[in-house]
Amino acid sequence: MSALDAGNEQVIATYNFAYLDEQTKRMIRRALLKGIAVPGYQVPFASREMPMPYGWGTGGVQVTAAIIGPDDRLKVIDQGADDTTNAISIRKFFERTTGVETTTATAEASIIQTRHRIPETPLTAGQILVFQVPIPEPLRFLEPRETETRTMHALEEYGVMHVKLYEDIARHGHIATTYAYPVKVEGRYVTDPSPTPKFDNPKMHRNPALQLFGAGREMRIYAIPPWTEVVSLDFEDHPFEVQAFDRPCALCGAEDVFLDEVITDDRGGRMFVCSDTDHCNRRQAEGHAGEQAA
Amino acid sequence: MSMQDNDPPLMRVSNLTHMYGDRIGCRDVSFDLYPGEVLAVVGESGSGKTTLLNCVSGRQHCTAGTISYRMRDGRLQDLNALSEAERRFLMRTDWGFVHQNPADGLRMNVSAGANVGERLMAVGQRHYGRIRETADDWLGRVEISHDRIDDRPGTFSGGMRQRLQIARNLVTGPRLVFMDEPTGGLDVSVQARLLDLLRGLVDDLGLSAIVVTHDLAVARLLSQRMMVMKDGQVIETGLTDRVLDDPQAPYTQLLVSSILQV
Repeated sequence: MSALDAGNEQVIATYNFAYLDEQTKRMIRRALLKGIAVPGYQVPFASREMPMPYGWGTGGVQVTAAIIGPDDRLKVIDQGADDTTNAISIRKFFERTTGVETTTATAEASIIQTRHRIPETPLTAGQILVFQVPIPEPLRFLEPRETETRTMHALEEYGVMHVKLYEDIARHGHIATTYAYPVKVEGRYVTDPSPTPKFDNPKMHRNPALQLFGAGREMRIYAIPPWTEVVSLDFEDHPFEVQAFDRPCALCGAEDVFLDEVITDDRGGRMFVCSDTDHCNRRQAEGHAGEQAA
Repeated sequence: MSMQDNDPPLMRVSNLTHMYGDRIGCRDVSFDLYPGEVLAVVGESGSGKTTLLNCVSGRQHCTAGTISYRMRDGRLQDLNALSEAERRFLMRTDWGFVHQNPADGLRMNVSAGANVGERLMAVGQRHYGRIRETADDWLGRVEISHDRIDDRPGTFSGGMRQRLQIARNLVTGPRLVFMDEPTGGLDVSVQARLLDLLRGLVDDLGLSAIVVTHDLAVARLLSQRMMVMKDGQVIETGLTDRVLDDPQAPYTQLLVSSILQV
């Protein structure tokens, strides 16, 4: 896991493998192990300055740096896409500091660092999904005191979480929270699944892959081990449901996927396409076509 | 107290002392509170009323002394022996705490309905329709109009906020309510209505209450028994009417005679 791959010329000689020094990686791995042992529990860790600003995924980058080895194959996505600025810059960062192979194909990756999406292609055992988390504390909206939220977690006082959902229904007639939708992990800790759309919440439930969450600015790490129960909070008369789209992807014709709205001109033209670019490209290569396929 | 002679006390406080370093918060306070009884604690600012209330309501650890509470199963439980989880559960189900400033007791950034419903959700209710129905019912009981259920407390007047705070506390059917100057900061006509409402609720629900106030009129209207405190100690205790009409201790005489007559 740790040795510098000296044979690879792409590695910058003055940096340790994966940028972080070995003691820091060790510290992060200890936090990760604790997080995996206590699913959904937020483990404090000594987040480092990374060569990018807080808010650009420093938590996820540190987690990835701590777990990546020379044999890994990395995929980085931002809102499901492999080709946006954040995804490209993080992918290049790891290409330069580790020399590992990168890929855009979900099925070929051993580590997938993500900002806000879980790929449409089902993950398999052995894969690791690393989330970049801005606000790890699901109770923060209603309780600003850290001492109090820790006590609430310790004593399982989660009634206030439903106050947020109640407020949603009172205001909008339905639970209007569409992202960062709170979940209960393994019947114990209420956890913020980072700002993933709630569309992806069911994918967290009993997922064969290991899910790791890193919040750099807030200095917290938490984890959902493989095959863990992840239940989205709801009311008996307002059950949890995911977003539904009234049309398929305009490029690949996929249904039951999360779509992005793309504005195509200034006269109201728009199209809805897969947010997961890898999934969309693969389907198009297989011959599926939507109504606006090129 | 006469009518409860046969009942065991709901709360028993003995030799309660709280020190702030070398300074005395309250010293050697003992009293029994019976089911259905309202006890007023009066005295001037700095006499230890609020310290006493915070100690007996579990919001503050006392330096010495014991506080026992009769749990719903009938046994007398030493509150210091409860775990934090049990104490917090007791505080949000069997007890209520009405703050002087409603903003301290309310969630100002969620609607009135959510404020009232919070305790229900905290004890595990998960049916939105029923929670809302109960909240609506309670808003009616504290005379808040039903169309304000989705408004935030920030849009309410001081008197409405105080009534909302009371509804929020009473929704789980507590047996004991602590009130810290519940009418402080309200003008006299609003005070009168609030007192009227509180008196009705206490009667209807058979609540016990400990009310801290510096306003002797509040004590007269609400309480059956009262304790007069000065410099952290109880200097006189007795039936409210007796203490106010025939004060024995010199300080109580001074206190009663300093009420302005209009």
